[in-house]
Amino acid sequence: MIDTTVKLARIAVENLNFFYGKKQALQDLNLNIFDRQVTALIGPSGCGKSTFIRLLNRMNDLTPDTRAEGRIILDGKNILDPKIDVVNLRRRVGMVFQKPNPFPKTIFQNIAYGLEINGETDKNLIENKVEESLKKAALWDEAKDRLNDSALRLSGGQQQRLCIARCLAVEPEVILFDEPCASLDPISTKKIEELIGELKKDYTIVIVTHNMQQASRVSDYTAFMYLGDLVEFGTTEKLFTVPKNKRTEEYLSGKFG
Amino acid sequence: MKNKIIEKIGFLFLFLCIAITLFFLATIVYFVVSRGLPALSWEFLTEAPRKSMTAGGVAPAIIGTFYLIVGTILFALPLGLATAIYLCEYSPRGYFVSIIRMSINNLAGVPSVVFGLFGLAVFVKYCGFGVSILSGSLTLSILILPGIISASQEALTAVPFSLREASLALGATHWQTIKRVVIPTAFPGVLTGVILGIGRAAGETAPILFTAATFFTRDYPSSPLSECMALPYHIFALMTEGSHPDQQAVIAYGCALILMVLVFMVSGIAIYLRKRFRQAFTH
Repeated sequence: MIDTTVKLARIAVENLNFFYGKKQALQDLNLNIFDRQVTALIGPSGCGKSTFIRLLNRMNDLTPDTRAEGRIILDGKNILDPKIDVVNLRRRVGMVFQKPNPFPKTIFQNIAYGLEINGETDKNLIENKVEESLKKAALWDEAKDRLNDSALRLSGGQQQRLCIARCLAVEPEVILFDEPCASLDPISTKKIEELIGELKKDYTIVIVTHNMQQASRVSDYTAFMYLGDLVEFGTTEKLFTVPKNKRTEEYLSGKFG
Repeated sequence: MKNKIIEKIGFLFLFLCIAITLFFLATIVYFVVSRGLPALSWEFLTEAPRKSMTAGGVAPAIIGTFYLIVGTILFALPLGLATAIYLCEYSPRGYFVSIIRMSINNLAGVPSVVFGLFGLAVFVKYCGFGVSILSGSLTLSILILPGIISASQEALTAVPFSLREASLALGATHWQTIKRVVIPTAFPGVLTGVILGIGRAAGETAPILFTAATFFTRDYPSSPLSECMALPYHIFALMTEGSHPDQQAVIAYGCALILMVLVFMVSGIAIYLRKRFRQAFTH
């Protein structure tokens, strides 16, 4: 699908460098992440794709001794600015992690959590929001009769959809998926992929994946990274069919990875 | 074939070690129960001592020990948990914290009689709490604090990083994450520290010797500032003072049995709570 309409850049990454101590993990990244599109980040292990995605909601702040240079502009503001309100940023940029990480609480409490920490006390509103989020995450039918069961009793795939529902409940604008299917079976993976297809109508999505087929199935744009460099970025269709860079071609054809 | 024999001998050796441990545990229980049981009666549990402690019961000592345990937990649990939270979550890594940690560990090695003297100087005299349940509880709190802190620290660091990440990624602040995710998840582990602390606080004699315990009172403690009788000290007094050692010894074993049962009961409540906390969300 080659879209001819001009896409709106939701996030603009400009001259981004990132260091773990003295080791440089990202080198001079420049790319746009478009509004209500799925952008996939692919590349072999250690290429910096997880490092990059974790900068978009400043989760890298949790890793000591790191340093970022350059700018990541979200709605006109540089989110790498130390003065920015990180808590507010993370409400706007949600994240789903590699391993499902539901809280050891009930299904209901897991989703209500994000609302409660935002100071929401209206019980009806919370209940409606829990239902709405579970429906959006395609988990409602399986979970509606067991909202007060522990979330840990759900299967891995269900837990990951619960994590997505939990993320949706705080109404983010951007959702980051960090290898969301890495620990899931093929059927659960298919469900998550379908869900991502649904969610892009309302959300801007960035997904890190090890799986090239997954990137080609779910994404509109793909960025291929290698050893901290952004080697190639373009529409998924172009990147997969006529890669410009030799490295990209070699990676896609399985010559390394 | 040779390896199998070595393995068998190894297992046998380990089994023997367990058997020896269990043997001592069983003997102690048997010893205390068999000697203490004859002393027990309804009167023994509900009345104050009479006839210079050769007759009557030990109710004031039971009540006193119970109050001391509760008071100790009341101070030590919040203080220990808060200290552990600071050390695990907020303190800057490095030299300063290693010194704090080392000090806490050293505190655990201080002999209990030293705590008693400290309690006498600070709580009884300087703060003016007098010889009282309050002074005794505070002294015992400091005694069990290192245990509660290290158990809490272990429990807090065992909370998976992925849960903190999940909370922070939803826009929770650090404190919200600690309060709503980290502490509830760590709480069963914290209770383990409390359980061990209870046993220690209930049984220690030296720290309450100068700070809380009195040899004899007919009255039940009326406020935290009352002095009280306590089972361990009562046992000590019965076995070292008084003019009827034979009759007193029987009562002392009765006290020992009650003390054991009391510790089991209070620990039992803590164990039950821990189980509830664990079960609530894993099944």
